[in-house]
Amino acid sequence: MKKTNLKTNDLIFQTATKVIVFLIIIYSWHLFFSGHYTPGGGFIGGLMTSGAIVLLLLAYDIKTVVSILPFDYIKMAALGLLIALLTGIGSLFYNVPFLTHTFGYVELPLLGETALATAVLFDLGVYLVVIGVTMTIIQTIGETE
Amino acid sequence: MNNLIILPIVLPLLTGILLIFLGKNIKWQRWLSAISSFIGIIIACIVVQTVHENGIQTLEIGSWKAPYGIVLVADMYSSLLVLTTSIIGFTTLLFAFSTITREREKFYFYSGVQFLLLGVTGAFLTGDLFNLFVFFEVMLMSSYMLIVLGSTKAQLRESMKYILVNVISSALFVISVAYLYAVTGTLNMADLSVRITELGQSGLITVISIMFLIVFGLKGAIFPLYFWLPGSYNAPPTVITALFGALLTKVGVYSLTRVYTLIFIHDQAFTHQILLWLAALTIIFGVIGSLAYSDIKKIIIYNIITAVGVILFGVAVNNQAAIEGSIYYLVHDMIIKGALFYLVGAIIAVTGTSNLKKFSGLIASHPLLGWMLFIAALSLAGIPPFSGFIGKLKIVQGGFEAGEYTFSLVVLLSSLFVLYSVMKIFINGFWGESAKNFAPKVQTIKGMVFPIAILLILSIGYGVGTQWVSPYITQASETLLDPSIYIQAVLKE
Repeated sequence: MKKTNLKTNDLIFQTATKVIVFLIIIYSWHLFFSGHYTPGGGFIGGLMTSGAIVLLLLAYDIKTVVSILPFDYIKMAALGLLIALLTGIGSLFYNVPFLTHTFGYVELPLLGETALATAVLFDLGVYLVVIGVTMTIIQTIGETE
Repeated sequence: MNNLIILPIVLPLLTGILLIFLGKNIKWQRWLSAISSFIGIIIACIVVQTVHENGIQTLEIGSWKAPYGIVLVADMYSSLLVLTTSIIGFTTLLFAFSTITREREKFYFYSGVQFLLLGVTGAFLTGDLFNLFVFFEVMLMSSYMLIVLGSTKAQLRESMKYILVNVISSALFVISVAYLYAVTGTLNMADLSVRITELGQSGLITVISIMFLIVFGLKGAIFPLYFWLPGSYNAPPTVITALFGALLTKVGVYSLTRVYTLIFIHDQAFTHQILLWLAALTIIFGVIGSLAYSDIKKIIIYNIITAVGVILFGVAVNNQAAIEGSIYYLVHDMIIKGALFYLVGAIIAVTGTSNLKKFSGLIASHPLLGWMLFIAALSLAGIPPFSGFIGKLKIVQGGFEAGEYTFSLVVLLSSLFVLYSVMKIFINGFWGESAKNFAPKVQTIKGMVFPIAILLILSIGYGVGTQWVSPYITQASETLLDPSIYIQAVLKE
């Protein structure tokens, strides 16, 4: 953030951010997981999560945010790509066409019977790529003098 | 169901991703990308052989049936192009090892190359119009990155033009696809062909076919739409120009060929006549450009445009001989343009300049380079033992059979001027006394000679061994001449 001569006090902004960031992230996860049956999915979920990080960037400075979330966002994007690709490659081992997805109902400890689909793993890839790319763009532009 | 034909797409994608993780470790990046693209050549060979033995291979991605899901289709035409692409990719990497600067290598150069190869291979293999658009974008995004990587002033200026032109043409692509979808209600190429046959090619569909001509013409640099190419290809380092010159425009040409031999085939008197005129004008303007310049890079760049015209002339004539000729010529041209740009890169590395007037007498210090350029020039012009001959022969033969005498003569004459334009480099640069104010740099070109030699040997082998290649080419032309083979393979009716 640009330093001005006038000393500003961001107390209200920063305190509000501390609460709101978690709400936004939880909402983004909600969007992410509900993508199969209702509007939402990896893309909008990823954008919303990076929106939360951008709010942190506005309230604090880049150094603080990097120390809170020490991720290499370029590698995060690459990891997302890799996950998405591997879900496709996985189908090669079952001798079905590339990117064939499967799903099933699994009994989970807390949630009970839950529908799990491998398409979610592909979406997880999309989610990570979107965060990685958005944050790389914002951080790179922010750091350039 | 055959997962073999996804491999040429998955391999560069996986490599590109892994190369991002390797980041600044240049040694490992080089090894990984070289090994991966060598495996790519082997896979492409297997694909070509499988298609040759078992006919067209299709893969319904995600197990969704043909008109509803995305299909990958490897017929002989596209698998031959995939093979050529992987060879160009491999030699480009070898050439890059000795020419590209450290700074560029550190900033994901090799990932960029792999993603470019991914886009090109995907565009060749896809059987779905929108998927073709997506692969075009993959290819173009990587080319944006490669053209600007290094951020010299010229690169920044030219990448602005290049991106602007391609964003506009991509928007036109989407609009054309939208119109076509509105008329036919499908995006699968085989299904499109069937539906247009059922509907009959109305005026509306002819208009859409001309829109596709404009879109792919912008990508493939045909006559009134080639204006962006000479500047943009001149800016980046020679390796990247080689990659662009050998692959990018050819994807436009491929798409145009595919669309005009599979989908829009019912009003040929109108569409193919336009294509014929544009092809002839492309040849003429390409030749004028290559004669006008004394900058060696520019000369070869204008030769790309000429070659695009020659290939499209074969497509426009659209009989057996001409189509076969254009396939021969397309494969030949990818190989020889790669070789020529590497040669230009090597010459620039030796002399430090691309201006033909500033150096001469190179043959005394670099005989190998000189004779390689000589062979490449003969091959480009189409002198019999080399690879350019058979393609042009068949194209001209097809042109005469179709009664297009004037245009065929244009193709023949263009060979003469193409030969002159490259021989100009040989005669002015390599013969004569060494220019006074010029001392050849002692810089070693050992690493650069190897990839050039590979491509030249291939080019000679392609010309000498035409009888071994011809069954493959004939098989490729059969699909292009008779779309029902393609449609049956995809829709399995």
